[in-house]
Amino acid sequence: MASITPVIELSGLEVCFGRLRVLENLCGSLSGRAIGLLGPNGAGKSTLIRTLLGFHPPRQGTARVMGHDIVRESRVIRSLTGYMPENDSFIADFSAIRLTRMMAELSGLPPRLALERAHEALYYVGLGEARYRKIGTYSMGMKQLAKLAQSLAHGPRLLILDEPTNGLDPPARRRMLNLIREIRDSGDVQILLSSHLLYDVELCCDEVLILKQGKIAVYCNLEEERKANMKFIELETDGESAGFLEGIEKLGCECALYGGRIKTVLPPGIEIRDLYKVAADCRIRIRRLDYKRDSLQDIFLKAMRGDEDGSLQTQV
Amino acid sequence: MAVYKRKFSPYQGERTPPWSRWLIIPRYAYAKVFASRITTAFFVACFVWPLICAAVIYIRYNVSFLETFGLQLGDFKGVLAINARFFLNFLYIQGFLSFLLTILVGPGLVSADLSHNALPLYLCRPFSRTEYILGKMLVLLILLSAITWAPGLLLIGLQTSLAGLGWLSEHPLVAPALLVGSAIWIVTLSLLSLAISAWVRWKPVAAAALFGVFFILPGMGQIINVTLEVDFGDIFNIIMVFFTIWAWLFQVSFRGDLTLVEAWLALSGFCGLCLLILNRKLQAYEVVS
Repeated sequence: MASITPVIELSGLEVCFGRLRVLENLCGSLSGRAIGLLGPNGAGKSTLIRTLLGFHPPRQGTARVMGHDIVRESRVIRSLTGYMPENDSFIADFSAIRLTRMMAELSGLPPRLALERAHEALYYVGLGEARYRKIGTYSMGMKQLAKLAQSLAHGPRLLILDEPTNGLDPPARRRMLNLIREIRDSGDVQILLSSHLLYDVELCCDEVLILKQGKIAVYCNLEEERKANMKFIELETDGESAGFLEGIEKLGCECALYGGRIKTVLPPGIEIRDLYKVAADCRIRIRRLDYKRDSLQDIFLKAMRGDEDGSLQTQV
Repeated sequence: MAVYKRKFSPYQGERTPPWSRWLIIPRYAYAKVFASRITTAFFVACFVWPLICAAVIYIRYNVSFLETFGLQLGDFKGVLAINARFFLNFLYIQGFLSFLLTILVGPGLVSADLSHNALPLYLCRPFSRTEYILGKMLVLLILLSAITWAPGLLLIGLQTSLAGLGWLSEHPLVAPALLVGSAIWIVTLSLLSLAISAWVRWKPVAAAALFGVFFILPGMGQIINVTLEVDFGDIFNIIMVFFTIWAWLFQVSFRGDLTLVEAWLALSGFCGLCLLILNRKLQAYEVVS
């Protein structure tokens, strides 16, 4: 469900560190329930997040988070967001419950409610049994979960996750991704997920902004992309396919023969079984039928290639 | 919501006023400070000297108490003279104890946050850097106030109640001098402690560095004086700087090489440098060039 107010609006945002231009003329509007920030290391994902939180002042342009200006209303933005930083961020001699409670109090919760919600958040992320242990004694995966808990305890409207699966082993990573999807599906919070891992973003997000060298390389609505993919079919047949091609073109399908494979886009009202009927009429056998998946990996690779010739792309 | 439900729920309830958030920091810090028995014991020990001073004032005005031991007031005239010097000596001793307490408490305040990069967690909330620094400073301000000017003013109150208001009118500068002298000492100690721990980010090293600022830096100042045959090296002697300022505040004589203006300038320089370090080091993310 897209919100009425865009989650993030970028208006010519430019951030420089000294003479180094880290983000360059970022423009766009993102309203997805879960927005992915993709890009190779050093693309500017974390800098964009930190700029949205008001840590780095923009040199030019501005941005709005949930309708609030990042320069003038950064305090409001911070009260609406929960942030899980990329690197280790904890107080080693604090227990998880103590840290989460203090952070919830700093976000404005009264002490008693902060304690209650800290317990809930730690149970929710799976640290219930370890919540009285000092964070300094936690494993990497537990530290990541503790960071997630502190970002959730005050009940934010926007959850900003910077590389949440960093340093996790496969089971811990799967668990973290499941948690993120669960939070997304609760519908109570919107998510901004930064990662360089395509799978994580593809699994959790419905909108993706791909950054390369501080610029927007591609904006892609994965939800729309997935819908479009459902109509894009790739077929392989046994026997003479000319008659079959003619038959499905009569159904109104756009077809192309490509290396022995038939690629076709199903028009509205035409189903897969109609293709099988035509095949039966033409006495040929459909040996393989696949939805053509223009996966995020394809989009990402195209974006990276597109950047080489200097062009920017917008998918969907 | 009960924890067993394990569900994310947004928070729609009441929120504390934004101006009160910086007071959360001292609350958590005190819980940690007084969890240490050594610190708690030392803090309690810091009240021994004020109690001795109170006893001295009491004895001064209860001659019968001395007489029960066969002693006369005249035998202790010098010791029992309650004047500006008496309270300056009180400040010297309590000032030294507050320095030791700062070494115990101060370095852990900021370095614990910086050593594992916890600052982004504070600053990604509706909570500014200024509030963070004020919150951390307040921990020391309250602790050190409790052992310097607060008991000092109580002693002045005791002295006035026993000697009469005439004593206060004879010594009008003692109370403000004690208050201002303690305040600048406390603020300087707090700033130095925070700045050093923000810079080195490691508690034991920060404690050693704070010790060095008070006891090694003056030595370096002396080396400058001797080798360059100048006398401005004393501005690095922060103890001398304070002795000069306190003597002026209490209007007692003090033989030091620093003029009052030099002392104030040195003090301003120390505090300015601390603020500069805090401004540079206490950031959510340090941009490394």
